[in-house]
This record gives sequence, structure tokens and C-alpha cells, in this order.
Amino acid sequence: MKKLMPCIVVLFLVTMSASAEVILKLGTTTSVDNSGLLRVLLPPFEKMLNVRVDVISVGTGKAMELGKNGDVDVLIVHAKEAEEQFIKEGSGVNRREFMFNDFVIVGPPDDPAGIKSMKDAVSAMKKIAEKKSPFISRGDNSGTHQKEKSIWKLCQITPSGSWYMESGQGMEATLLMAKEKSAYTISDRGTYLAFKNKTDLQILFEGDMARLGNPYSIIAINPAKYKHVNYVYAMALVGWVTSVEGQKIIGNFKTPSGEIMFHPTAIP
Amino acid sequence: MDYIINGFIEAFRLIFILDQDVFSAVFISLKVSLTAIVLSSIISLPLGFFIATKDFVGKRFVITALNTLMAVPTVVVGLIVYTLISRQGPLGMLNLLFTSKAMIIGQFILATPILTSLTISAVHAVDESVASTALTLGANNRQLVYTVFLEARFGLLAAIISGFGRIIGEVGAAMMLGGNIRGVTRTISTFIALQSSMGETERGIALGIILILVAFLINVLFNYFQQK
Repeated sequence: MKKLMPCIVVLFLVTMSASAEVILKLGTTTSVDNSGLLRVLLPPFEKMLNVRVDVISVGTGKAMELGKNGDVDVLIVHAKEAEEQFIKEGSGVNRREFMFNDFVIVGPPDDPAGIKSMKDAVSAMKKIAEKKSPFISRGDNSGTHQKEKSIWKLCQITPSGSWYMESGQGMEATLLMAKEKSAYTISDRGTYLAFKNKTDLQILFEGDMARLGNPYSIIAINPAKYKHVNYVYAMALVGWVTSVEGQKIIGNFKTPSGEIMFHPTAIP
Repeated sequence: MDYIINGFIEAFRLIFILDQDVFSAVFISLKVSLTAIVLSSIISLPLGFFIATKDFVGKRFVITALNTLMAVPTVVVGLIVYTLISRQGPLGMLNLLFTSKAMIIGQFILATPILTSLTISAVHAVDESVASTALTLGANNRQLVYTVFLEARFGLLAAIISGFGRIIGEVGAAMMLGGNIRGVTRTISTFIALQSSMGETERGIALGIILILVAFLINVLFNYFQQK
């Protein structure tokens, strides 16, 4: 044991030593982080302001919960109604929409419910419910899950029964489940594109932008309510992602197979 | 089957090219779990010795409670510590959430019941005659404790190894308290959870193999001390 002691002491010191670096905590959704976008979008910002951005990647619902507890400084999320509520109750300030993509309904290639020919998202989802074709819901209050619920609401359907399953997991895990169970699900386009080669699921319905549009926004946590938050740096990040350079990085970001994942929208 | 074979190939590739993400995860895993186990040992070994050798009211209850705590799911510990150290929690001002310190606290709480409980067993297992012989030979209190510990060292190291085993591959608390921040709080096990949730099965298996290798090397080290 005596020989181990010096190692242990060093280890302890390394662990406990505080770094002087400025840290900005970004709570975000898995669809943004797992796409790889942040790995190109954040480093220039970190370098420019000598700040370290700690990315905590969870579902949108959970990210906003972290925001409400004051555990992060800034959010990148995608659930418009919930975000507006978040601002209204004073948890966040300076919400800016800065990019978008869209949701797609994916499913087994043979399209058992026959949604391919549908005109809009509502009738496509209605069809799935009518045929009781297996459908996997995220079930985790993420932005995607909230979008799905809003469409069921428009359908005036409360989905239940053995055909409707909740995965309670992230988008990729849910896509995997859908593949295994030959089920339908709703995915953001970016995650689906990044995941495409691991599944035989196909996009069976797309393009209803009124209902399937997926705007992402950045929100600073309200410094008046949460005194400790790193507000100035949070606003600097808002500035960066909506800047000409930041928007250019977003627009140029592609999947390995060369498809555009997010469309920048901050600068008209 | 391809998954498994490719997992092995990927594991060796990641080790061979000194993949930065993997090595930082290994370093963070070791930093957090070793610190937690050292802190836990400092508390648990004396505590276990005390409980094993002293008679007091409620002793059985304490032992039963410790054994129950051994089975508490890691996510529950994660959740409890989260509520304490979240900004809205009583310890919020310490700014611990989503740091490696938070993970150390969680893992400390996970390891301590096991370490204490197994220390009690290890001390109990020491033959009565060891203590009485030491006393007849004129040992003072300190020497007595030292003798019993020396006699129980095999069991004590087994306790430490078990505690370490509980926390090195643990996901629940590490994910919730550390936040799986790349390069900061991403351990091998949370990295595996991330990779498998992204459908990167082969990379997940590769990381699993690396985790087992790391655990193996640590245990070789423990074993070396156990045999001494």
C-alpha cells in the first residue's frame, strides 16, 4: 500500500484542482449533438473567446428541465410551444431560431399502412392508427415526441393498444427498434440521414412543412432569475450561432453521404 | 456475429491509433473511480472494523441497512445526489453538477456500503485466536488493529476490488451526475451507452473490450498487493 500512496495523492490533487478556464454549460438535444454539428460549430467559438463549452446532451424536455433548475447556462432545443412557455414563465430570455430541418415519417419499405400516397401528415398518421400498424413513439417528452403528440392531437386520436409502443429512448435507439419491429416512427431528418445505413427504414412521408417543420432555437437562461448563470458567454454563443460565420458552418455541414442536415435561418 | 468480430478489430484499432476520445474516457473513468474507491476505503475500512469488533445497540440493523444499500440501483443514487447538488438543491451553490467531482460523490456512495459490509465480513473471518495471541504477546490497541488488518488483508482487498467493480462500469449515476460531457465527464461506460444508443454497436463492443482490459489491469495490480 505504501508504494501506492504517492500515486493516490497525485491523482487526488489532479482531480480536485480547479481550472481557471471559463466554462459554459450548453444543454442540448441529442439530435443536434449526435449529428456531429457541434463538433464543427463550437471549436471556433471556444478558441475565439477562450471558453470551454460543456455539452450536456439529453432530450429537449430534459434539457429544459435542466434550464429550469439553473443547471445549464444556455439551451439549443426544438419544441416551439414548450420553448414559448419556458420564456413566458421567465426561465429563459433572448430566444432565437437559428436553423431548421424537418421531421419525416419513416417505416418499413413495403409501407403496410400505405401512407406514401397521403397528402398531409395528419392523414398519414390517421392511416397508421386505422391499420394499427406498429408505431414506435419516443415517449420521452423530447422535441420529437412533442411534435408527434401534437400531430396525434390534430388527428383527434389518442394512440393506444399493442401497435403503439413507447421506447423511452433517444432517436437512434428508437429507429433501431422500429427497424427490428418493422414499425413506423417519426424522426428528425438529420438523425435519420446520419443513421440511414444502419437500417432498412425508408422515408414514407415528408414535405408537410406546416406540420413537420422543425425549427431549432437557442435560448439563454434568465440571469435575473438564476443569478449564477454565465449569461454574457451564453449571449456570446447566441451571437456566434446567428453570426455570418456560424450560419455558414451550419449550412455547410453535411452527412457522410453528402446530404445537408440543417438549414441556417438566422440571417434572412 | 460480424458485430463481435468487428468489435474486436475496432477495439485494437482504437488502442493502436491512440484514439483521443477513447483515451480521455479511460483516463476519466480511472480518475473518478480510483478517487472514489480511495475515499471510500478511508471511511469504510475503519468503519467496518469498528462495526465488526464493537457491540452496540442496533448493530444488526446497521449491517442489514448496509446490505440493503449494496443493492440500491445506481440511477437512484444518481437521482438523489442530483437533487442535492442541482442549482435548486441544498448544495447547489457548490456548483458540482456535471463535473467529475459529482461523479466521485455518486460512486463514493455506491462503493461505501459494499466496502464496509465486506470489511465487516473480512474482520469477522479472522480467527479469534489472532487477537488473543496478539494481546498475550503484549500488543497495544494500535498493534492489535494492525495485526487483525494484516490477517484480514486478503478479504479487505477483496472488498476494495468488489467496490471498484461496482463503480468502474457503472452508467446510471455517472450519466446523471456527470452529464456525459465529451472530454470532461465521459467515462468508458457512459461512452458505451452513448455509442450503443446511436446504433454504433461495433464501437460499443470495442469500448466494452477496452473497459474489461482496464478492469483486468487494475485487478492484476490489486492481486499483486493481495499476494504480498
